[in-house]
Amino acid sequence: MGFFTPANEKVAADIASRYPRRRSAMIPLLHLAQEQEGWVTGPAMEQIAELTGTTPVEVLGTGSFYEMFKFHPVGRYLVNVCTNISCQLLGAEDLLEHVESSLGVRAGSTTDDGLFTIEEVECVAACTEAPCFTVNYRYFHRATPVLFDEVVADLRAGESPLARGGAADDGPMPEHGTLARNRQRIPVRSRAGVVPPEDVNDPPAWMPTEAAADG
Amino acid sequence: MAEPTLPDGYIAHAPGFIANAGPKLITGRFAHEDSFTLERFLATGGYQGLRTALGRAPAEVHAEVREATLLGRGGAGFPAGVKWGFCPEGVWPRYLVVNGDESEPGTYKDRLLMERDPHQLIEGMLIACYAVGLSQAFLYVRGEMALAQERLATALDEAYAAGYVGAEICGSNFSVDVVLHWGAGAYIVGEETALIESLEGNRGMPRLKPPYFPAAIGLYGQPTIVNNVETLANLGWILANGADAYKGHGSEASPGTRLFAVSGHVRRPGIYEVEHGVTTFRELFYGDNFCRGIRDGHELKTFIPGGASAPWFFEEHLDLPLEGQVVSEAGSMLGSGAIVVMDETTDTVKACLRLVQFFARESCGKCSPCREGTGWQEQILQRILDGHGRPSDLDLLLDIGDNISPGPYPVAAFADQGLDAVPFPPRQTTICPLGPSAVAPIVSTIRRFRHEFETRITRRDPITVAVSVEGVAS
Repeated sequence: MGFFTPANEKVAADIASRYPRRRSAMIPLLHLAQEQEGWVTGPAMEQIAELTGTTPVEVLGTGSFYEMFKFHPVGRYLVNVCTNISCQLLGAEDLLEHVESSLGVRAGSTTDDGLFTIEEVECVAACTEAPCFTVNYRYFHRATPVLFDEVVADLRAGESPLARGGAADDGPMPEHGTLARNRQRIPVRSRAGVVPPEDVNDPPAWMPTEAAADG
Repeated sequence: MAEPTLPDGYIAHAPGFIANAGPKLITGRFAHEDSFTLERFLATGGYQGLRTALGRAPAEVHAEVREATLLGRGGAGFPAGVKWGFCPEGVWPRYLVVNGDESEPGTYKDRLLMERDPHQLIEGMLIACYAVGLSQAFLYVRGEMALAQERLATALDEAYAAGYVGAEICGSNFSVDVVLHWGAGAYIVGEETALIESLEGNRGMPRLKPPYFPAAIGLYGQPTIVNNVETLANLGWILANGADAYKGHGSEASPGTRLFAVSGHVRRPGIYEVEHGVTTFRELFYGDNFCRGIRDGHELKTFIPGGASAPWFFEEHLDLPLEGQVVSEAGSMLGSGAIVVMDETTDTVKACLRLVQFFARESCGKCSPCREGTGWQEQILQRILDGHGRPSDLDLLLDIGDNISPGPYPVAAFADQGLDAVPFPPRQTTICPLGPSAVAPIVSTIRRFRHEFETRITRRDPITVAVSVEGVAS
């Protein structure tokens, strides 16, 4: 009785097969669980433990180190407002204040309708485009209160606000938990293969064995 | 609503990048809207560097990169060719881990490189794998960078389909898989041993040193090369054009070009590809080709030359070139190419608190001086800002700093106060430099803007209240 849907079970197996040790799939699988459910549930951790050869508590112990994993339900849209130095210098605190007052909840909380969760976050690497915020990890550059209101209005109306972001990213707004809207697929035929440290003791095929040791 | 005015030279499909005059070694494709596609990449010389490399012996490719003196762009500025040479002989397999966990406050360049030119990075990874004999490559992208993950996934699919990645690349006996991996929000994972821990499926805490370089013992205990995204992005150009051509740009000690993200109070903030080691801070901030001065009607107060971890610089440092060694001798570092400019309206106590808060939040908790110290510093700064500061607080802040990073701390050339600069890196009582990084803004601001702290502290002198008690309390 697994947590993952049959389709995601295949994805999970494929992800785990890319690493010499399956424990390396821990973070990708936690993301997959979050993509399926919006947050990381107990049954998800149990199945990830099986898939990675660990225990559920190790999965929780690892996952809880990372900010992006939520162990309780969050809003449909996760609004992350950066207040670090470059954004702070250009008014991020006022922006956060506006976000909080317009949605009626403080950073760290979710609106009653379950639509929005606000977080005050650290630098998200858009410093020249400050201040900025992200919604479900999609960027909105050079943000103003007006821009934020427009984004909220779009989302409430069921439309994608991405084109407003100035981040050269458009298309549909993904659900919380979905990062890339596509997934790397390594075709079986063109795989070079996983290289487990236990099984390999020789240099790879293209490396000269004896000569050019100073390489 | 009026459209916000975007600066001159801004490219809407490569937000932040400024297309100014000057050589464009790694941002050349940004002018094309479809810069991230394989088609555009191949039409603009893509994978030529890889083909050149495959036509030579791995050792020759390594020698070419060493000759180019390609300095690491992640923060430490260590030459990539030398780092590659640290792999112990006869120990196999070796791995490549790409550090795409860009999260140093002020830094915005790797995200752009991954989103806008993913194939250039993939090509660089392959060249590194070929040169050093790395059998499998892991591309660790910061969790929050969804679009970068998307573009890289598509680019890898294209590259696999076209035979540039995977088994028998370009018909040769060179075979390597590139596995796209991603993080989940932790600044400390940018430290290379923490990155490896995270990739192994653990909490991202740095490993005890020595060994100092994962090239000795890294991923799964094997020799591992960890390189920054921007570093690898240069390899295609170097192989296609040669080390000599590369050294034709920049200075002798720092050849090539480098990306600098200038943010804060300048007229034209942006990401600039700059001749490494030659351009000065003054030129970068005030030059017509670059930021065009401080925002209207204001003047420079201070600037951070290399990300949140770097000690701050002031007006007297403006004529220093963007050269790692020179900046280091002046008491700071170029770090990750993140320059934050602050004008005279900036509240330095507040700015200092924000940076310290960052380090306190992001401390992984492994070493006590950092775990406890950064938290104490944050609390003290907060109470000063709130008007509850005590006169002893400034010394206390410095004392805590001294316990994380025993002095003399590399202060940004406070010769006027009889203090000599000490080169980076600072001494530390911690495994990694995160703790000492929190000391940088504190020492910089207290040394230079002590009065701003003191004003806040003395403003809250206890008020004497005269109370007269009448009658008898019951």
